[in-house]
Formats: sequence, structure tokens, C-alpha cells
Amino acid sequence: MTSKKITLAQAADALHLKVLCGSEKLTRGIGGGYTSDLLSDVIAHAKKDDIWITLQIHSNIVAVAVLKEIAGVIFVNGREPDDETVKKAQDEGIPLLTSTLTAYELSGKLYELGIHGQR
Amino acid sequence: MASQKDTFQQKFKIKGGDFIKAGESSCEIRNILKGIGIDAEIIRRVAIAAYEAEMNVVMYAQHGTIHFTVNPQEIGIIVEDRGQGIVDIERAMQPGYSTATEEMREMGFGAGMGLPNIKKNSDTFTITSKVGKGTKLEIVIKLNNTK
Repeated sequence: MTSKKITLAQAADALHLKVLCGSEKLTRGIGGGYTSDLLSDVIAHAKKDDIWITLQIHSNIVAVAVLKEIAGVIFVNGREPDDETVKKAQDEGIPLLTSTLTAYELSGKLYELGIHGQR
Repeated sequence: MASQKDTFQQKFKIKGGDFIKAGESSCEIRNILKGIGIDAEIIRRVAIAAYEAEMNVVMYAQHGTIHFTVNPQEIGIIVEDRGQGIVDIERAMQPGYSTATEEMREMGFGAGMGLPNIKKNSDTFTITSKVGKGTKLEIVIKLNNTK
């Protein structure tokens, strides 16, 4: 039996994440997670359907998320990107969410929800 | 050798310093390859190489072009820029070596992984550079073998 993937909506609900855009895409299942602030690292190692946890909030993260077919990006420490980045993500269909937790805490809680990150 | 009519090609212009549009050419290349049904693992490698090459132009050059080609045998990505060039290519190829500014590093660039990532994901990779003039990368990813 394959376990059902947790969706972004379920994760957002369980961890009180604020949805900044892409609310219509939250039913997408999360395949795994990747936590990193280095874009070369994410480009090389994140996988399709991963949730990406980062403190980077500039607009280039959207291009990285599109290229890697990331399920969604969660910003940590309560950080929020500017309107231009949110608009770009909305246009590209990438959900952006934000958490008041640190990257360590958020990654741990996502792991507890069953989102793992084996490469 | 594939004949000319078997070759798809497209040119992309990249503007140095434009971090807003940075990555868009790579996304388009990825979409084209997806559209013609190229294997996902090949697309993954092309996307990494194209993104890193595009970001290098945005970070270090005034402007540049990506000449993207696909034929039945291989995908070619030639990236040429007008810019500062690379003083020591051997050092630039070493993982962890970067000349990025503090500001770029804060944005999550300048990990010194760009050129090594491109090489790792290419079947053939050549780099030539003239200090004060610019840099040229020639990347080939073959379609009939998975690396």
C-alpha cells in the first residue's frame, strides 16, 4: 500500500502557514522537502514535487522553483517577499507560503507530518 | 551529423544585472524540451547547466546570449557574454571558489558551485575567456545516454 502524499493545504493548516499566493494549487501532493538558501544547491539537489524551505525572498527563487517543479516555497522567520515576487510566483503557478518558525523548526515539523527528504 | 533541417534552434538575450528576469531563458529552454518529449533526466541536467550559465551572465557580465540547439543526437547550449571575463579559469572551476560580491552571496548566489555544476551535468564542456572582454561556454548534453 502506498501512503497518500500530504498536500500543501494540509501542511499549511497543521503548521499555521500563511498563504501568500497560489492558493488554487494547494491540493498538490508534497513529494519531499529541501531546506537551503543557496540557489546552486537547490538547483542541483531539490527534486520535483519537493517543498522548499528557505529564507531567500527575492524574485529569482521563482525561476528556481519553476525549473525544479517545486510544489511550493515556504519562507521562514516570518519573512515575506515583495509584491513583484508574489506576482511572478502567482503567474508561474508556484505557491508561496510563510512561517514564523525558523528553518530548523519548520523542517522538523514537516518531517513529523511525514514529509521526508531522502535524496 | 544531423542535417540542418533536423535542428531546432533558438537564441536568448540575457541582460547583466537583471535579477528579476534571471532564469527565464532557462525556464523557456526547459519548456521547449518538455514540449518535444525529451527524457526527464536529460531535462534535469540541461536545466541545471542552463540556469547556472544564465546566472553567471546576470551576475558578472553586461549582456550575453544563449544559443540553444536540439538535434536528434544532442542538445547544445552556447553562452557568450560581454563582460569582465575570468582571470583564472582553473580556479573558477574549483568547487567553492567564487568572486561574487557580498550582496550576491546574501541572495544565495556565489556558492562557487556554478561552473562545477555545469561541468558535472554536461557530456562535453568547454570554457574560454578573455579578461575584460567576455566568456564563452559550450555545453553539449547527449540525448542517447544518461550520465
